[in-house]
Amino acid sequence: MAGALPWGVRICPSMRGHKFLSSTHPWLIIEMSSNMKLSPVHPCRLAPKLRLARGVSALRGCVALAWAALWLVSGQPIDGAETGASKPATRDNWSFKAPARPELPPVRNRKWVRNAIDRFILARLEEEKLEPSPEADRITLIRRLSLDLTGLPPTLAEVDAFVTDRRPDAYERVVERLLASVHYGEHWGRHWLDAARYADTNGYEKDLPRSIWPYRDWVINAYNADLPFDEFAIEQMAGDLLPNATIEQRVATGFHRNSMVNEEGGVDPEEFRVAAIINRVETTGKAFLGLTINCAQCHNHKYDPISQKEYYQFFAFLNSDDEPLLDVPSQAQLIKRKEILDQIGKIEDELLAKDPELKTRQAAWEDDLRDETVNWHVLEPVNYYGAVGTKFTRLSDESLLATASNPGSSTYTVTVKPQLKDITGFRLEALTDPNLPHNGPGRTAHGNFVLTEFRVDLISPDGQTTNQVPLQNATADFEQPGFPAADAINGKADAKHGWAIDAGPGRINQDRKAVFETKQNVHLAEGSMLLFTLKQAFGTEHTLGRFRLAATSQAEHPIRADPLAAKLRQILDLAVDQRTPQQRRELFSFYRTVDSKCAEANKQIADLMNGWPQADTTLVLASRQEPRETHIFKRGDFRNPLEAVSPDVPAFLPPLPAGEPRNRLTLAKWIVSEKNPLTARVIMNRFWQAYFGRGLVVTAEDFGTQGDKPSHPELLDWLACEFMARGWSMKAMHRLIVESATYRQASKVSPELYAKDQYNRWLARGPRFRVEAETVRDIALSASGLLSAKVGGPSVYPPIPDGVLNLGYGAPMKWETSTGEDRYRRGLYTFWKRTVPYPGLSIFDAPNADTACVRRVMSDTPLQALTTLNDTVFHEAAQALALRAWKEGGKTDRDRAAYAFRLCTSREPDAKELEGVLKLVREKEQYFENRTAAAVQIASPDRQNPPEDVNLHAVAAWTLAARVLLNLDETITKQ
Amino acid sequence: MNYREEINAEARKILTRRHFFRDCGVGLGAIALGSLLNDNRVFAATSQPQSTDPLTPKPPHFAPKAKRVIYLFQAGAPSQLDLFDYKPTLAKYDGHPVPAELVKDQRYAFIPRDAALFASTLKFSRHGQCGAELSEVLPHLAEVADNIAIVKSMTTDAFNHAPAQIFMNTGATQFGRPSMGSWVTYGLGSESQSLPGFVVLSSAGGTSGGASNWGCGFLPTVFQGVPFRRSGDPILSLSNPAGITREIQRESLDLLKELNQHHLDEVGDPEIATRINAFEMAYRMQASAPELMDIGKESPATLEMYGAEPGKSSFANNCLLARRLVERGVRFVQLYHEAWDHHSEVIKGVKAQCGQTDKPAAALVKDLKQRGLLDETLVIWGGEFGRTPMVETNEAAGRKMGRDHHPQAFTMWLAGGGVKPGLTLGQTDEFGFHIVEDRVHVHDLHATILHLLGFDHTKLTYKFQGRNFRLTDVEGELVNKLLV
Repeated sequence: MAGALPWGVRICPSMRGHKFLSSTHPWLIIEMSSNMKLSPVHPCRLAPKLRLARGVSALRGCVALAWAALWLVSGQPIDGAETGASKPATRDNWSFKAPARPELPPVRNRKWVRNAIDRFILARLEEEKLEPSPEADRITLIRRLSLDLTGLPPTLAEVDAFVTDRRPDAYERVVERLLASVHYGEHWGRHWLDAARYADTNGYEKDLPRSIWPYRDWVINAYNADLPFDEFAIEQMAGDLLPNATIEQRVATGFHRNSMVNEEGGVDPEEFRVAAIINRVETTGKAFLGLTINCAQCHNHKYDPISQKEYYQFFAFLNSDDEPLLDVPSQAQLIKRKEILDQIGKIEDELLAKDPELKTRQAAWEDDLRDETVNWHVLEPVNYYGAVGTKFTRLSDESLLATASNPGSSTYTVTVKPQLKDITGFRLEALTDPNLPHNGPGRTAHGNFVLTEFRVDLISPDGQTTNQVPLQNATADFEQPGFPAADAINGKADAKHGWAIDAGPGRINQDRKAVFETKQNVHLAEGSMLLFTLKQAFGTEHTLGRFRLAATSQAEHPIRADPLAAKLRQILDLAVDQRTPQQRRELFSFYRTVDSKCAEANKQIADLMNGWPQADTTLVLASRQEPRETHIFKRGDFRNPLEAVSPDVPAFLPPLPAGEPRNRLTLAKWIVSEKNPLTARVIMNRFWQAYFGRGLVVTAEDFGTQGDKPSHPELLDWLACEFMARGWSMKAMHRLIVESATYRQASKVSPELYAKDQYNRWLARGPRFRVEAETVRDIALSASGLLSAKVGGPSVYPPIPDGVLNLGYGAPMKWETSTGEDRYRRGLYTFWKRTVPYPGLSIFDAPNADTACVRRVMSDTPLQALTTLNDTVFHEAAQALALRAWKEGGKTDRDRAAYAFRLCTSREPDAKELEGVLKLVREKEQYFENRTAAAVQIASPDRQNPPEDVNLHAVAAWTLAARVLLNLDETITKQ
Repeated sequence: MNYREEINAEARKILTRRHFFRDCGVGLGAIALGSLLNDNRVFAATSQPQSTDPLTPKPPHFAPKAKRVIYLFQAGAPSQLDLFDYKPTLAKYDGHPVPAELVKDQRYAFIPRDAALFASTLKFSRHGQCGAELSEVLPHLAEVADNIAIVKSMTTDAFNHAPAQIFMNTGATQFGRPSMGSWVTYGLGSESQSLPGFVVLSSAGGTSGGASNWGCGFLPTVFQGVPFRRSGDPILSLSNPAGITREIQRESLDLLKELNQHHLDEVGDPEIATRINAFEMAYRMQASAPELMDIGKESPATLEMYGAEPGKSSFANNCLLARRLVERGVRFVQLYHEAWDHHSEVIKGVKAQCGQTDKPAAALVKDLKQRGLLDETLVIWGGEFGRTPMVETNEAAGRKMGRDHHPQAFTMWLAGGGVKPGLTLGQTDEFGFHIVEDRVHVHDLHATILHLLGFDHTKLTYKFQGRNFRLTDVEGELVNKLLV
């Protein structure tokens, strides 16, 4: 309907009088709220506000008004509720209709065509009256291919082999070799990591390190294994929901965990949990769909047919997850763990076999325990407060989960209004939770806590008097040696003593409980309150992550903590013959620990467990048992929830399949369904962008109505259809693109061509642009021979200039510069700190990873020049390249110069270039002859140990030459 | 006119037109002309790399009052109640719980909801002809009271440091938007040929918002703030590697230029010319940045006025550097002093921080004035939010007599660049809790700053993700009362 409006008139839902921005500025604005109707019969039934747009002259306003009036009497009624939502006009956008495989267009110059891509390109060139450029020479081609497919320049041997390979499929062989290289996954994985906003820290003020590199490695491996893109997407969106999900598939869900976490003191955890979901919605929109869905967070999307309700329906898919840390044991660790468990099993088998009395003793123990049950009443927290900014989420089982800010020490206070009349004891449960490190129950990285003091006060019903409740006989189901529960009620303000639960490697993360008897029966008058104070002063984040309070009225003492975990208590309650063998073993495994005759075996087992290998961890998603309810947030503010919504996709896109559960997995499958008009196009466009510098749709992040229209719509559709037809194989599509004649063109540009097509939109020439940030580094390290070929593993710390880390909040992060080969790893392995991004990469436009990036800006600045000239990494590369040229380059300076030149550019220098380099070397060699100190400084990374067996004066001169060569435009340009 | 000026003038003409049509979105003709210009036939005609230098100075929408900005960002959030916003009523209720109706629906970072009110123990008095009320810990600012405008009615949306700093700088609490300095450099370019257009200096701690505080978001990287280091080279990699003299650098760059030029002739890509220029500017920067940093050349009187000491890293030195930077044509200078997060012992805290910042900040205003620069330089002083009228005391955390975060109301001051001097704008209620008069939201402040620089804030836009983004998002009202 809005499409039928006269030009210059816009209808806006009235929301706090927003002045909507538009690229086509309106003259007249009709503000309508959702309950208004505007119709020819009742033009202003609810008096919509008419106003002139800012800066519009009265004359234009009158014209617009007249048009509006004309339109009103002739047009269709308008319903305010619909004005922002799914406007039919925008639903017709080209990208919202599924791509249909187009016919290949006819071309005149058929000889030039190598594959279907070329037909589309050539047809357009012929239309524009442009000629394609000739094929680039072989050196240029192999360099372009190597940089495009692996992000590394070719070795000289690879160049020579290709140049001399006369086989007809020489080119294709190079392509296959590169696609099979492990470095292919690194390079293309890096493109994806931009969209996934991968970083090694949590962001915001504290910006603490996180371990999520296993996700980065998963991406690399997925590319190398040519995981079809549909599976690639599904595993990242919902790998945990796949049947029998593997560890790898769960690791893939780290995609969503790349959102930031605010651990600043005093944050409202819900605010930033919501912020993370908002970020995930935005990322999903950008990375897969090319939709600016995030624009509908506060109001209906102004240009695309996404209503605010639809935004929150999409949001609802991503709003029901826990955020655990997943153990990712290596193969060796898995084997070791199995060995330990097997050995323990064997020891237990032996115990049972050797001691026939054991079962009888266990039965007696079970009988005793069966009688010993306490009736606990869970206490509902009324008020709860954590010192130093800890905030809690109250869970449905009345436990409190501490999230966000994680201070070193804290004191929690909880007030409850018990329903009991008499109280004889209290129970504190420390509970595990998937959102705590290693499931908790504490908040240290390994999940421990220290309860330094547990205090209860009785508050009279009028609130006027507060009396401490004396406590005695503290017990717990587990007490870490030196940290008994009794220390939590000893009345001493001693930060280093209290109740803790570290039971050794592999055994920390369990539900635990402590019980405290009251000295006297506490009688509660109607309306009395209890105030619990849980002091946790140990420091280093030894605080409770999730806990629950309970009380009992049981008269007879002792009241002690059930030594059995809830799960074991359930087994105990089963008749022996109803227990499965596994349940029997579980109960026995516990029993033996309290049987004094098993002491020796227990010691053996404990020793074995102490060797339990601690695995690396990564951040993943796990679907919650009870889904969270999602509401529309008024103006996007989580404090203003409106109506509840259920998960769904925007109506202008194909519907979800009927009968499927509305969860992340279904959403993921929908994203890569063949009916989805966007995903295949969006991904193919980004491939094109990586090769040619600009996508067929320049606005790679926006395929909506405001995005640029494709330069070659049929080609984009053809690529998208082909991608799906080839089973979403990414390698197949790379092959297709790089084997086209379009891709193989020389990039040389004449002034006439440049004038006609500066940005190379029609592709009458090959691509030519600076390589990406990581590749700038990788080229320098590769040319100099320093580059490590190691793939994967934790991020590394190359040299960083002094003072850079001071820009981060608080004490500067420890940056222990990597040594050995880790000093010279590929750029993508550099530790990425969000608030202080590594300058050697960010200066070259590496995105900061706060939000998803699907198109890097490409700048050329003096700071970049300074970096490649003077930064430690680059100077070390110059030194190494000089030494390499000196040692391996040949006997004459001419040979050496040519060698160094080739290492940087892959090609032989011409006479002029050679002469220029040689002149500098000759002059400087002379210059250094009586300046040995300067020569050592320039030529040697370690001044104390300059390289031996070389002429340092010469190597210093060569270092200067190498520095120039590494800084050549050509060295860091793909052409 | 020399060659470069000529090129720049040409570029300005084109840029102005392009800017006018594309970025100012003036309606009907925009699309047609925009696409014509996007084809860059005009650019192609000159095909000189300088003409596309995005930092080339550009005129704004209308005649500006301010041509450059020095923003003294007091990160951590200074206590307005102990510096500017005197509340006698607080003294009356000192130690009493805050009235429940005031804190209804409010969130706090650290303190419980029923915390006690806390009156400042500092003395306030009136200064200058304008009679601005200032705390005793701002004796130097008191001397320039008639030159500054105090806004007591600032308010913001965020109540944690990182999001609030991001909000104050980018107009959004979510990361990813360009900072004010980036917008301004994008809109105006820079007058300096040998220094970055947007420079960031810092003293005290690192900032909560980190690099995003001066990030360029989706704007081209060239508009990003360049943080200067406190010691050693101000700019990363400014010095040559050990042993490489300036002469050797020149000779190396000559060869580099020669080889790059040779390749340019070969392949014809003007990007190569841009790269050649970048290296030349880098070389100039290597000379101009150390010269800039050498405050030893300032007169003893000037050094004394700021309290600056050559070779030291301090807020005082940074204030002096800020003046030197704007003198050299840098468009936007932002000083961060992250030291005001006084959750404990706020009185002691503000005394200490004022000891470091009051004199230099006042000196900057005086110095700019005496050099005739103040009229065209906008100076901004302020943090990311305010602090509570209630006390923060927390034994477990070792905190006593502090103040918590308070986004509802806080104080900033501005000077020069078309700001009405001697003005005190806005009022808070008797507890200093809520604003009761002349509310100035962060978006309004942004709109006003851009106005002083000659921009209609609704028209300084950049198209990204299909939308024309702006610093003020969809908000922002000009604060007319602040203008001369």
